[in-house]
Amino acid sequence: MFLLLDEKKTNTKRDTGQSMTIEVEKRVSTNKQELNKPFIQFKDFNFFYGAKQALFDVNLNIPEKKVTALIGPSGCGKSTLLRSVNRMNDLVDVATHTGDILVKEQSLFDPMLEVISLRKRIGMVFQKSNPFPKSIYENVIYSLRVAGCNKKSILDEAVETSLKASALWDEVKDRLHESALGLSGGQMQRLCIARAIANKPEILLMDEPCSALDPIATAKIEELIFELKNEFSIVIVTHNMQQAARVSDLTGFFLLGKLIEFGRTETLFTNPNEKETQDYITGRFG
Amino acid sequence: MNLTTIKNKQTSKTPSFNNVKAKGEPYVWLTAMGLGVGLLMVVLLLGVIAINGISVFWPKKLVEITLTEQSDMKINGSNKIAGHISKKQIRKNGKKEWQLYVGNKDVYGFSFKFVDKDKIVSVERPKNIMSIERLEYGDAIGVPLWLKVKNVGEFAAGTKEFDRRLKTLIKGSHQLWAHIKQIEKKEIGKINRQMQSLALKKKVIGSKKEFDLVEKDKLFALDNKIELLQRDYQILAQQAQDLRVKVNEHTLGYRLVTGEEKVLPIGHIIHTVYPNKLNVWQQTKLFFYDIWHFLADDPREANTEGGVFPAIFGTFVMTVLMSMAVTPFGVLAAIYLREYAKQGLFVRCVRISVNNLAGVPSIVFGVFGLGFFIYFVGGTLDQIFFKSSLPTPTFGTGGIFWASLTLALMTVPVVIVSTEEALAAVSQGSREGSLACGASKWQTIQRVILPASAPGILTGLILAMARGAGEVAPLMLVGVVKLAPSLPLDSVAPFVHLDRKFMHLGFHIYDLGFQSPDSEAAKPMVFATTFLLIVLVVLLNLAAIIIRERLRRRYATSAF
Ligand SMILES: Nc1ncnc2c1ncn2[C@@H]1O[C@H](COP(=O)(O)OP(=O)(O)OP(=O)(O)O)[C@@H](O)[C@H]1O
Ligand SMILES: [Mg+2]
Repeated sequence: MFLLLDEKKTNTKRDTGQSMTIEVEKRVSTNKQELNKPFIQFKDFNFFYGAKQALFDVNLNIPEKKVTALIGPSGCGKSTLLRSVNRMNDLVDVATHTGDILVKEQSLFDPMLEVISLRKRIGMVFQKSNPFPKSIYENVIYSLRVAGCNKKSILDEAVETSLKASALWDEVKDRLHESALGLSGGQMQRLCIARAIANKPEILLMDEPCSALDPIATAKIEELIFELKNEFSIVIVTHNMQQAARVSDLTGFFLLGKLIEFGRTETLFTNPNEKETQDYITGRFG
Repeated sequence: MNLTTIKNKQTSKTPSFNNVKAKGEPYVWLTAMGLGVGLLMVVLLLGVIAINGISVFWPKKLVEITLTEQSDMKINGSNKIAGHISKKQIRKNGKKEWQLYVGNKDVYGFSFKFVDKDKIVSVERPKNIMSIERLEYGDAIGVPLWLKVKNVGEFAAGTKEFDRRLKTLIKGSHQLWAHIKQIEKKEIGKINRQMQSLALKKKVIGSKKEFDLVEKDKLFALDNKIELLQRDYQILAQQAQDLRVKVNEHTLGYRLVTGEEKVLPIGHIIHTVYPNKLNVWQQTKLFFYDIWHFLADDPREANTEGGVFPAIFGTFVMTVLMSMAVTPFGVLAAIYLREYAKQGLFVRCVRISVNNLAGVPSIVFGVFGLGFFIYFVGGTLDQIFFKSSLPTPTFGTGGIFWASLTLALMTVPVVIVSTEEALAAVSQGSREGSLACGASKWQTIQRVILPASAPGILTGLILAMARGAGEVAPLMLVGVVKLAPSLPLDSVAPFVHLDRKFMHLGFHIYDLGFQSPDSEAAKPMVFATTFLLIVLVVLLNLAAIIIRERLRRRYATSAF
């Protein structure tokens, strides 16, 4: 795993990594049942854009309150998988699927399930930050507003906690009622994170949240993911191997729409089972 | 700058670079020429309208021309002519001629006269010649002689006393006229409305075959009330009549340069001025005075004189009503087309049809408005709600409401097309972001997509207003009139009278230029009105543009 980290950060990260491992093991021993019980479960999931198949027989169990990273070369279907979880792919007219996805053992494709209430339980941060043409304040509480909450005390509190959680509070607390489009790119992305967590969802999906950001903003967001993991189950797509190694507990490697390998992050990065994984993480292709 | 020139010199030695340049250059000229020709035509058109439209109000100096004894251009046998020179031109046979505005239409029967330049002996500018703006027959131009003030005496012209008295008398007559108007329009109008509603009530009761005692009593009471009102009416009418006599009891005597002497009651005078005595400052003052009266007064004499206030007001109200109708209509249609409808052959057909709707001649919309809105919808409304006043139609005849709806229908393609474009320009990211927050589709549209596309929607509205405000042909069928007795908005409940007919600047232009008996006399008004219409459209658009910029600034994009 540490092969991939740059020289300077190795030391500090090693510490974090080790303590993290210990923590995970501790939890596994104390609460083994919880880890065995999958939170998000893909069952023989196939996904098609029209005639083109984007995902092949994905079987994947994502545990609760962990950070799960999805890596793989461009076009391998990571976003497709992520967007299936909150049924964002409904927007694509030609999309079809077979198999099933279960969240807390309930099928996402149950006809009785309301997509809107599902999405209220799942926050999503997109690859390209997409703040609304509204004030910062209104951006953060958007999910509460659409849920019909208009009580000022609740909204104020939600704004403060989520902006603090996304490490943006200090930068914007004096300009909450200015347009969100006046923020910098990194600030916008953190605003989108604040927006995604304002409604206290159970799952947080992040699709390459740092791809457009500089190292400082990236570091901030990574710290944030660390913080958030105590409360949310996070699934993050990233192209940045170091990032996956730094922030995630579990990692899945995808290639051409197939899940090649899935396991504990440190195992996958230091001692992968499959040759393709090995090739990819050592940068021999991708 | 220097660097690039050096670079150019260096590279221009290589033949290939020159070739590229030579190929690119003609297209620059071609495109620039396209823009240039377009701009030139627009500037020319606007320039002609603006110059002619504004110069109407600049006070003109009067000349007194003496013609040769043999001239065949004499008026009433006199070889003198007075007036202001309105045109100088060369005839086909090469002779120069001047066109004079001579006024005094009551005496001469015309107000413009051509004279040959070579028949003119002398041109003078007498100081004491006066231009009198009157209620009838256009201006009088002549030399004032005396002023007869009832019970006071006669004052000869040329003295300070004469000018002072004339001024105060005219002012007094204006006050009297205002009083008369107040009585005739407001008070008598009020009584008329009351009588009408009482008559209606009577009609309703009377239409029953049998009536009982209570109803008989009611009828009796109504009759009594009507009688009382009638008495009030008599008194007011008498008052107005007395005032009308009073306003005309003083008189002004003047002589035309052609020799005729005329007497004019003061009540007929709007304004008098000695144009040749004015200095530049006074001319400027008069210029703004004239502009103000043009904007604020009612028209007179078949619209060729006076102001255009009702037309300005009608155009404004109609355009605003039209915008209020077309915006929700067009925006909703565009939202359905872009956001809800499944994009396919059918939607594409609808879109093409909408675009083509913009090419349907406007008169066709007028015919549709007449047939559908007025005869069908209006007729039905009358049958249901205004049955008692039939056969006089209320909504079953042209009015500002139907006119606005007709124009809204005409301009709706513009709004649909630009709204659709604005909606399409909202990024997929914003939509997904909103949906991912658990918003429904409608919430997404309402809270994210519409605010983001508001500037684009307003652009569509601006285009629609520009098209709608300048339209005349359909309006002629659906409610515009040459002279409307009252404005569509006033202080009488219910304040907004959507059923009323109205005046419109566009129609006013047509009416003045092509329907008035003396089109030469109306020409300045045509220019001034056209200019005003353009100014009004520009102002309305400016308002929309300011709102749009506000919105844009509110959602100002970052430097990301
Ligand atoms: N809306 C769509 N319609 C048709 N094909 C699509 C659509 N979206 C994605 N695809 C295809 O599905 C495959 C998987 O796409 P996906 O976006 O999931 O890749 P990805 O792993 O997220 O790639 P990247 O890392 O570049 O974001 C790609 O081959 C892509 O071309
Ligand atoms: Mg992707």
